[in-house]
Amino acid sequence: MIYLDNSATTQPKEEVIQSFQLASSQFFANPSSIHPLGGRVEKLLFTAKQQVAETLGVRREEIIFTSGGTEGNNTAIKGIALEHEQRGRHIITTEAEHPSIYDTCISLKKLGFRITFLPIDENGLVSVEQVENAIESDTILITMMYVNNEIGTIQPIEAIGNMLKQYPKVFFHVDAVQALGKVPLKLSDSGIDLCTFSGHKIHGLKGTGMLYVEKTTTLFPLMHGGNQEFGVRSGTENVAGAVSFVKALRLVMEQFKQEKQHLIHLNEVLREGLSKLEDIVIHSPSHGAPHIVNFSVLGVKPEVIIHTLSEKDIYISTKSACSSKELDESRILIACGKSHEEAISGLRVSFSYNNTVAEVEQFLKELHTAIEQYKEALG
Amino acid sequence: MNYDHILIRYGEMALKGKNIKQFIIKLQENIHQKIKHFEGVKVIRTQGRMFVLLNGNEPEPIIEKLKNVFGIHSLSLAIRVENSEEQIKEGALYALKKEEKAKTFKVTVKRITKDFPIPSQQMNQILGGHLLTNTDGITVNVHEPDVEVRVEIRKEATYITSGSIRCRGGLPVGTSGKSLLLLSGGIDSPVAGFLAMKRGVQLEAIHFHSPPFTSERAKQKVLDLTQTLTKYGKSIKVHIVPFTKLQQEIFREMPNDYAMTIMRRMMFRISERICEQEEILSLTSGENLGQVASQTMQSMHTINEVTNYPIIRPLIAMDKQEVIEISQEIGTYETSIQPYEDCCTIFVPKSPKTKPKREKVNYYESHHDFTPTMEETIKGIETIKITEKTVMDQSFEDLL
Repeated sequence: MIYLDNSATTQPKEEVIQSFQLASSQFFANPSSIHPLGGRVEKLLFTAKQQVAETLGVRREEIIFTSGGTEGNNTAIKGIALEHEQRGRHIITTEAEHPSIYDTCISLKKLGFRITFLPIDENGLVSVEQVENAIESDTILITMMYVNNEIGTIQPIEAIGNMLKQYPKVFFHVDAVQALGKVPLKLSDSGIDLCTFSGHKIHGLKGTGMLYVEKTTTLFPLMHGGNQEFGVRSGTENVAGAVSFVKALRLVMEQFKQEKQHLIHLNEVLREGLSKLEDIVIHSPSHGAPHIVNFSVLGVKPEVIIHTLSEKDIYISTKSACSSKELDESRILIACGKSHEEAISGLRVSFSYNNTVAEVEQFLKELHTAIEQYKEALG
Repeated sequence: MNYDHILIRYGEMALKGKNIKQFIIKLQENIHQKIKHFEGVKVIRTQGRMFVLLNGNEPEPIIEKLKNVFGIHSLSLAIRVENSEEQIKEGALYALKKEEKAKTFKVTVKRITKDFPIPSQQMNQILGGHLLTNTDGITVNVHEPDVEVRVEIRKEATYITSGSIRCRGGLPVGTSGKSLLLLSGGIDSPVAGFLAMKRGVQLEAIHFHSPPFTSERAKQKVLDLTQTLTKYGKSIKVHIVPFTKLQQEIFREMPNDYAMTIMRRMMFRISERICEQEEILSLTSGENLGQVASQTMQSMHTINEVTNYPIIRPLIAMDKQEVIEISQEIGTYETSIQPYEDCCTIFVPKSPKTKPKREKVNYYESHHDFTPTMEETIKGIETIKITEKTVMDQSFEDLL
């Protein structure tokens, strides 16, 4: 199998599964129980947070375990909106967002919030000036992704964060789901107040993730109850999930440190190979994240390519998996100014550190064959 | 050109007379201890200053560590250049350009070595002129500049800095001897320990544990608090006293309203014994005047009778809110507020005497011999050494 759909989900690492299994069977008590079994589990959770804090250079109290990216983004956006609406009801985001930001912002319109969707350029980028110019006196939140899930654009998060230090009343939320372990990320003193992560994009398990909430930032909780996770996310903690997420995080950060060149190399091999084929347009910007390459094969329906490749046990995707069941054009590619034809035919290849050059070469070969076959069949 | 040094300024320590060297050597040792795990980093001393040589390391994580080392008043990122006019000009320009938002600046040259041929005043003008011609829209303001570019021409090299980061000050931990901190797990005692450390004190801690009435988690909480305190100093020994039997005996044998006073006297007696064993010369406590029954003037007078060791009470005059703010800032608050009972909250008389008298306590105590139980208690003390680096619970290792 050649699996090149790692931005949709990654294969969980064996160590991560073991960690989940062990934590589920041996540390099953409720961490809120005051007996010693509960105490052990609470200690485990505490230690897990300590480790995240060390890995990401933040404070233990700034970490909220969640069920993943969608929950993280919803908690951050609705949490800020509902908690701080007296201060203002204006939110800024971009046209390039994942549905868990885009649709969350739209849902807030019904509650009377105003949303500015910043346009993106042909590379999927917004500029610091655009963001600054959009700030109004009642702006409370800027929410955007760090790395685009469809085309891999890296937004200038660091520069925006620095600019926003001059606007202390505006919260800054970053969706780092596609960025984690692939591009550099600095949280403390970055101007970022909230940051979303997901486990299953870093070889962890689905249903695990984390939200960073800078210590002075307060949120209106989506879920009320037993005050777990500092009251921001009530509900008995998914200890095994959290622990397995922390394991996955540690492993991916080690890989990022040691092997980031590998992803860059895979990207180069793929781009070079694609450039030799006819009728291919690469949509991903050349300075984007190394693990995502989005392109169209003009004149060939993307689904056909996906099915043909699947027969050879090679897996890639169209657009993002989260919206790939919709049959329309890619909202992101349209926002980048691509034509309708290009926007309905985007294909996405996404790497993990486990992919090899040989796999990329094999993919290129089979892609070439698939295109030839299709053209031949159509005469 | 790049910031490759961190310049460290001493605060109060600089006022010390002949023994300043001891303070400086201790500070150097403490700094080294905190940052030795960064590869290639060196801590060097020169006249009146200390430098950390970054050797290619990112400065931010090192600065984060240094901020918590007592004895450092402030620090700045610095470039080291040769003692030549050209090099100094280039360095000063780099330092100014690093401050992107600056609109105004001033230059302050200090010539520690008079070997350098150009006098400080003249050098000021040369550099000011150089910076003005090589930047756009930045002007000189000698009274309230956005940036002060500081140039120190020393014998071995010239160091150039701009901003400065304020640190905690105080005295290097270990220069004022050892003290035994009575650590309960509440909000106050860790803050008291922190403040004692700020005055150069090296801590050991004592905790009174009453199983099965108090849980392992209460004990763990104290160990966690201790670990947070190690961030500001060195490893800390915690002496865990099995207090249950003695506590029960006190409450059984002594009048209820005086039991708490007597319990606290026992705590001081046991603490003094640890001090003798460990060659510690003082006790540190989180007591605060008027906060609870055991902390009235009369109570302290009565409790204090059993020891003639100095008791450091850094919180004595603070408001609760001030203490909470410090505990939040130093990272102990979240742990302190975990709701586990400790030995002081479990055995609480219905109406403790807020104005106990020494004569009465002595009279009650004379009716019962606590010595055997006290000796047994002291024998059962468990000592745990807590270091800054978390030693992970072995059964968690595979999981995380």
